Amino acid sequence: MRMKTLLLTAAAVAALGGGLAARATQITGSGATFPDPIYEKWFSDYNKLHPDVQINYQPIGSGGGITNILQGTTFFGASDMPMKDEDLAKAADHILHFPTVLGGVVPIYNVEGAADLKFTGALLADIFLGKVTKWNDKAVTAVNPGVTLPAADITVVHRSDSSGTSFIWTDYLAKVSPEWKTKVGANTAVKWPTGLSGAKNDGVAALVKQTPGAIGYVELIYALQNSIALGQVQNANGKFVKASLASVTAAAAGAAANMPADFRVSITNAPGDAAYPISSFTWLLLYENPKDKATAKTMNDFVKWALGDGQKLCAGLGYAPLPANVVKLELAQLAKIKAQ
Amino acid sequence: MARPKTSAGDRFFQLGTGLFALVVVVIAAGIAFILWHRSGASIAKFGFHFWATDDWDPVAGEFGARTFIWGTLYSSFLALLISTPLALGIAIFLSELCPHRLRQPLTFLTELLAAIPSIVYGLWGIFVLVPAIRGVEQSLPDWLRATPLFSGPAVGVGMMSAAVILAIMVVPFTSAVAREVLKAVPAAQREGAYALGATRWEATKVALYYTRVGIVGAVMLGLGRALGETMAVTMVIGNTPQVKWSLLAPQYTMAAVIANEFAEATSSLHISALVEIGLVLFVVTLVVNAASRLLIWRLTRQRTERPMPTPVAAAERAA
Repeated sequence: MRMKTLLLTAAAVAALGGGLAARATQITGSGATFPDPIYEKWFSDYNKLHPDVQINYQPIGSGGGITNILQGTTFFGASDMPMKDEDLAKAADHILHFPTVLGGVVPIYNVEGAADLKFTGALLADIFLGKVTKWNDKAVTAVNPGVTLPAADITVVHRSDSSGTSFIWTDYLAKVSPEWKTKVGANTAVKWPTGLSGAKNDGVAALVKQTPGAIGYVELIYALQNSIALGQVQNANGKFVKASLASVTAAAAGAAANMPADFRVSITNAPGDAAYPISSFTWLLLYENPKDKATAKTMNDFVKWALGDGQKLCAGLGYAPLPANVVKLELAQLAKIKAQ
Repeated sequence: MARPKTSAGDRFFQLGTGLFALVVVVIAAGIAFILWHRSGASIAKFGFHFWATDDWDPVAGEFGARTFIWGTLYSSFLALLISTPLALGIAIFLSELCPHRLRQPLTFLTELLAAIPSIVYGLWGIFVLVPAIRGVEQSLPDWLRATPLFSGPAVGVGMMSAAVILAIMVVPFTSAVAREVLKAVPAAQREGAYALGATRWEATKVALYYTRVGIVGAVMLGLGRALGETMAVTMVIGNTPQVKWSLLAPQYTMAAVIANEFAEATSSLHISALVEIGLVLFVVTLVVNAASRLLIWRLTRQRTERPMPTPVAAAERAA
C-alpha cells in the first residue's frame, strides 16, 4: 500500500516536472526599437503556432541590446547598426548577424507649391552641411527643372535622440559626400553642422510641417502611415527613385551580390535601377556556439520561420521583406549555429 | 534634564525610523558612486576639460559638457524669472484677497497643473506653444532682433519655448508652497498691521517679509524641478548644443541629452560620457541646493538679529 502511494507520488512529480519542462521554452532578447512592431507580431504569431515557445523582447535600443548579449543577460540581441569589431572582440564567443527586415529613410520637406522634389545625394549632403541654404539655390534648381522654388531659407531638421534612422541617413551621406565623411561621419548620433533637432520621427515630422522651408528625414514606415509627402532620391545608377517597400527590397537584392560572409554590410547607395539608396537591414544577433543548446534549437526554428513565412507579415506593418537571395545566404549561416 | 525612560518598543521605534532615514543617505551615496564609477572612461580621458569644452561629437569620440550645463542653468533661470512673480501673485491672491467661494476651485486648478505628466506638456508645447512662440518671434521689431538676446532665425523651438514651458510646470509647485507659508502668518500679525492703518498692499508686504524664508524655499523647490525636467524641455528646446544668449536659439540641456542619446549609444566612451553628464547634473543640483540652503540660513539669522520693520507710512497716517 505504502509502496503504491510512493510510486504514484513519484509518477505525479515526474509528470509535473515533465509538464513544466515541456510547457514553455522561454527565450529573452532585447535591442533595437525600430523593428519592435514586427518582432512582437512574429513572437505572438509563432507562439500561437508553437504554444511551448515564448519569446520575450524588450525594445531598449540597439546599444542596450548589444550590451545585454555581450554580458549574456539575454539569449539574443537586435541592432539597427552592425556591431563594431571592437565590440565583437569583447564577446565570449563568435556572434553572428542575421538581417531580419529592411527599412528606408526618406527626406521630407515643407516648400509651398513644390511637390515631388528631386534630390541627389551630394545635394542632400550639402544641405545638411549648411552649404546650400536657400531653396532657389542653383544646386536645387539644377536637379528640379521646371519647378519654381521660393527664395526661402532652408531649415535643416534632424533627430535629437540617437537612432538607427540617423545612422542610415548619415551612413548614406558619408557614402555620397567625401566632405560629410571627413567632417561629420556616420553614427546613431553625430555632431550636426547645422539645424535643429526633434525627438523621434513624430518630433521631426512636426517641426518640418510647422516650419516653412524645413527639410528633415524620417523612417519610411512613418512617412507611409502618416501620408507625408516625400522627395525622390537619385540612386547609384543615376535614376531618381521614390521610396517604397518594393524599392527598398530592390536595394537589398542589389547589394546581395557583394554580401560579406558575416552580413555586416551597409546597403545605402546600393546598385540597381529600382534600388532606393537610403535603405538598411536591421539585424538579429546570435551566438554561434551558445551554452544552452536546447534553447538554441528552438531559436533556430523560429529564425527559419521568420525568414520564411514571417516575411509575409512585413508589408502589413510597413517593413520591406528580405529578397530571396539574402534569405538563402542566411539559412546557410543559420546551419552553422551549434544547436542540439 | 533627565532622559525620559524608554521602553523596548520606543528603542525599536527609534532604530526602525533611523534605519529608514539611513536608507535615503545610502541611496544618494550609491547613486553618486555608481555615476562616478560608470563614467570612469570619460573622466580618465577628458578630466576637468569635460566641464569646460563645447565639443560633443560621438563619431570622433570628443565629449564636453559646457553647452549642456549652460542650457540647463540658463533655461532654469529664465523659467524662474517668469514663474516666480506669477506664482507669488497666485499665492497672495489665494491666501489674502480671494473671495471665499473661489478659493477652493482656484487652488485645486493650480495644483492640477502639477499633476499633468511632462510628456503631455511636451506634446502641447510642440503643437501649440511652439507655433505661437514662432509667431511672437517673427513679429518682434527689427531693432530688437538686432540685439544679442533676440538674434538668429525665428524657428519657434529654442530657449524661449523651453523657458515658458518650464515656467508653467514650476508655477504650481512654487505657488502651493508659498500659499501654505502665507497661510501660516499669525492672524495677530495681519491684524496688527491693519490696526496701524496699513492698506491691504502694506499688510501683504508685512506678511511677505515675515515669510521670506519660506518664499525663498518655495522658489528653490521650483528651481529643483526646472533643473531636472527632461521630456517637455527636449521636445521644444531644439536640442542643439551651443552656448548662446539668444532666446531664439535652439539649445540643449543635460537631462535632455541623456534621455535622447542613451538608448542607442553604441560606443562605450559615448555611454561613459553620458553617465558623466548625469554626474555633472547631480553635482550642479547639489551645488544649487546647497546655495539655496545657505541663502535660507542667512535669511533666518537676519530675522533673529533685526527687528521687523514697522510699516512707517501706515503708522504716520494713523498718527
